[in-house]
Amino acid sequence: MNTFRDSVEAMIPALRRYARALTRDADVADDLVQDTLLRALRSERLFIGGDLRSWLYTILTNLNRNRRRSLARKPSFAPLQDAAAGASGTEAEGRDIARALATLVDDQRAVLLLVTLEGLTYREIADIQGVPIGTVMSRLARARAHMKAALDGERPALRRVK
Amino acid sequence: MTEPNIPVTEDELHAYIDNELPAERRDDVEAWLITHPEDAERVRSWRAMAEALHARYDAVADEPVPARLEIERLARPQRRMLYGAIAATLAAFVIGGATGWLAHGVNAAPSSLRAFTLDALEAHRLYVVEVRHPVEVAGSERAHLQQWLSRRVGYAIKAPELDASGLKLVGGRLLPGPTAPAAFLMYESPTGERFTLYTSRAAAPTTQMRYVTRASDGALYWSDRGVGYVLSGPDDNKNRLEQVARAVYDQTEKNGG
Repeated sequence: MNTFRDSVEAMIPALRRYARALTRDADVADDLVQDTLLRALRSERLFIGGDLRSWLYTILTNLNRNRRRSLARKPSFAPLQDAAAGASGTEAEGRDIARALATLVDDQRAVLLLVTLEGLTYREIADIQGVPIGTVMSRLARARAHMKAALDGERPALRRVK
Repeated sequence: MTEPNIPVTEDELHAYIDNELPAERRDDVEAWLITHPEDAERVRSWRAMAEALHARYDAVADEPVPARLEIERLARPQRRMLYGAIAATLAAFVIGGATGWLAHGVNAAPSSLRAFTLDALEAHRLYVVEVRHPVEVAGSERAHLQQWLSRRVGYAIKAPELDASGLKLVGGRLLPGPTAPAAFLMYESPTGERFTLYTSRAAAPTTQMRYVTRASDGALYWSDRGVGYVLSGPDDNKNRLEQVARAVYDQTEKNGG
């Protein structure tokens, strides 16, 4: 019985979802989750209670920053096709939302996803990003404004049809 | 319903849909939305955005977890040698390309320290991304590490204690420096922030601490009686970098270079 390990394991699906949305690349996302899990397992003794969920998101966020830094000089490749899509309407919508996400800067994207997808509180996100809560709120506001502009600009007509 | 006495701000609209608004203000916001259709439309679009994100990405959480992410497998040691090697090779490529840029940041430095700081930043960049093999000798073998590095660089290396800054010694490695071997020590916080200290003999007199930054790395560097030091870390919090560098400086000073 290892409750720490079980708790980490229970978070894997949510971490994969967050990482996928953050990077929009299935392989990169799973690499990130793998590194997060390795680090969490290795640091088990450093984890002295507190919120395991926030801790894991913090590790993933820091690793993603390291990764971005190491890729800063590489050209970025957009994934040709995203897996996991349903009917064609949903598929098109899914692509739009992924494309809109891609227009955000990292910190804003992370805030938007942690709030809307992962359901974390502003306070938790402030701790994860190591910034004041006001910064989280302004990042969120900018992210939503950007996303809206990107989505509206992209397919204003189709939106009406649905 | 009546118009709320205090106008609703945009922050409150966000807090409203994210369930962060104090309960007593919710009615005010709902009343406001009825009389302010533009705000109501914004709120509607934000909700639609959240739904679209769930529609697109929830499926990922429902997929079976790939074998390589199985917790039992990851808990076994020594699984990712190859991956680490590939990552290091890629990083080396990236760094090669970045040198030109880095040179830009340290132009103001005394020339003898310039190459030195570039090497340190490259080493930082190369090794902070390493998960499994960031160091040659682990911090758990502190005494051995210090003895070995001291012998190779030719002066006393004592790994600073940075526990007060929340940093634990990951370990260290020996690197080629511009003129002599360099000792490279890595520290890490529980959440994975990494700082590195690079030190080697340098043909530079004692200098003040200087700061250099690039996209997301920051470094403070100085030299002290013929020994150069570069402390590198994330650049998003300069105060933190400075605080760590001070702690290093205070402890290395006593070494007497």
